[in-house]
Amino acid sequence: MIKVENLTKRYAGHTAIKDLSFEVGKGEIMGFLGPNGAGKSTTMRILSSFMPPTSGRATIAGYDIFEQSLQARAHLGYMPENVPLYNDMRVTEYLDYRAALKGVPHRRISERVGDVKELCGLKDVEKKLIGALSKGYRQRVGLADALVHEPDLLILDEPTSGLDPNQIRQVRDLIRNLGKQHTILLSTHILPEVEMTCSRVIIINKGRIEACDTPENLLHEIRTAGGVVLEAKVGNENGAEELKKITGVRDVTATVDGEWQRFALRVESGADLREEVFRLAADRRWAVRELTQRRATLEDVFVEITHADDA
Amino acid sequence: MRKFFVLLTREVRSYFYSPVAYIVLVFFLFVCGVQFYTQLSFMNGQAVSYSVQEAFFNSVFFWFAFVLIFPLITMRLFAEEFKLGTIESLMTAPVRDWQVVLAKFFGALVFYVVLWIPTLLYFAIFQVITKQPAASSAGAYLGSYLMMLLLGMFYVSIGCLASVLTKNQIVAAIISFCVITVHFFSGLLSFIMREISSATRQLLGYFSAIEQMGTLSRGEIDTRPMVLYISMTIVMLVLTHQAFQSRKWRL
Ligand SMILES: Nc1ncnc2c1ncn2[C@@H]1O[C@H](COP(=O)(O)OP(=O)(O)O)[C@@H](O)[C@H]1O
Ligand SMILES: [Mg+2]
Repeated sequence: MIKVENLTKRYAGHTAIKDLSFEVGKGEIMGFLGPNGAGKSTTMRILSSFMPPTSGRATIAGYDIFEQSLQARAHLGYMPENVPLYNDMRVTEYLDYRAALKGVPHRRISERVGDVKELCGLKDVEKKLIGALSKGYRQRVGLADALVHEPDLLILDEPTSGLDPNQIRQVRDLIRNLGKQHTILLSTHILPEVEMTCSRVIIINKGRIEACDTPENLLHEIRTAGGVVLEAKVGNENGAEELKKITGVRDVTATVDGEWQRFALRVESGADLREEVFRLAADRRWAVRELTQRRATLEDVFVEITHADDA
Repeated sequence: MRKFFVLLTREVRSYFYSPVAYIVLVFFLFVCGVQFYTQLSFMNGQAVSYSVQEAFFNSVFFWFAFVLIFPLITMRLFAEEFKLGTIESLMTAPVRDWQVVLAKFFGALVFYVVLWIPTLLYFAIFQVITKQPAASSAGAYLGSYLMMLLLGMFYVSIGCLASVLTKNQIVAAIISFCVITVHFFSGLLSFIMREISSATRQLLGYFSAIEQMGTLSRGEIDTRPMVLYISMTIVMLVLTHQAFQSRKWRL
């Protein structure tokens, strides 16, 4: 549905994205993950024909975004970052206008607008001025707008930014439901969101793709997957130094809590070192009150990848 | 074509959402009312060689208020969309740049025409009360309103261009106010400069809105200002379209 080849965008004197290439297949929910300023919005604005790339090409539903921009836009539902809306219009009036603008046939407009209002939970506020809506409702209006012309493809730029946890969950459920019929490209810098909604993830940093895979594979491949947490009374010994001697441990951080110490061990991928840690503690006669394996999260992947070149 | 009308409808309606439009409407009606009243009282006192309708359309006080309304009705056209970011949802919908430019231009023009409708009443009321025609002929009405439409078109197109150049509405208003005022009052040059040849005077007169108004409001329908203003409006709209497209490359 989306095909991107060597996309590059230079702003005055500054390259926002470099040589981006990726593909999103039909029915996928692709997460676009990266820290602020990574180039997520830039990529999405290019894909939505809002601005041209400096070089490279991309197609949407088979239409070139530059040469067949109008058809490409007709097949795309785009929700810009921060959801710009006309504050002086009412919800239904705005959606009617957007539906007509996007070419929904006249006699189908009220049906379509009714459907998306239902789907996005906008029935209660349909007569309100958009300017008077809370952030959560604005986000839903933006989503309803993106959906109203039944596009094959949705591009959503940070659909959950600025929402409270309940609203985030609602929007996430909504997106997951939409994923059953639509292809979705969504950007975010919130990690659990990607883990829970996306079938594939692209991690982008400083305008380059650092990784592109399913969330599971990313977790699997990461070298410092997870770790072990140990809370023990080590007396006068240097617990951290002792733990580092175990093969497979990459590094150890210790925090003191009264006479207890908490050690967080980062370990080589795949290894479960709980047994070794237990033997060491038993050997040294440390009292232990916690020994757990911590699963790697996408957060580890993210931190690992986006900090790799700072180190 | 349908997209254009969808956009146009929104543009026209958006005027009536904003308080600025009502302020302009009240201001304009007030100025027109005062103008009509003072001209009538003046004519009550002495015999004059022109009609009520000619007097109404040809005084400096009125002109001054007239140039003020264009910045007010055009400043938000593009600047507000840039500022709010709604330009992004607008231009990622399947619409062409020229459809947006024309919808904004005609939207403002429709509002401008609406401003003028109540003034028709003045002449109707005058006629009913005094049982005298307010103008020398029907052509005189046609001429004056035609001139207002032509000049309005040109000034609205200047406002469009000013608004597409910035995302600050105030800056847009100042640019269009300056350009419109300079254009408008350049028509007074031939009155101010005395030592110019009659050929120059004639040339200036051809471009002077005030002289054209004088002619047209007497009912002498002249095609030269029509050609002039329509072509200048087209030039302004082409420039607006160019500036609007170049926004993408400047990003
Ligand atoms: N209009 C612009 N002009 C110049 N630089 C820009 C512009 N928009 C974004 N940038 C820069 O491009 C980089 C990528 O921005 P963006 O795509 O918005 O990142 P993200 O959405 O991932 O946070 C940033 O360094 C940002 O400062
Ligand atoms: Mg962004």
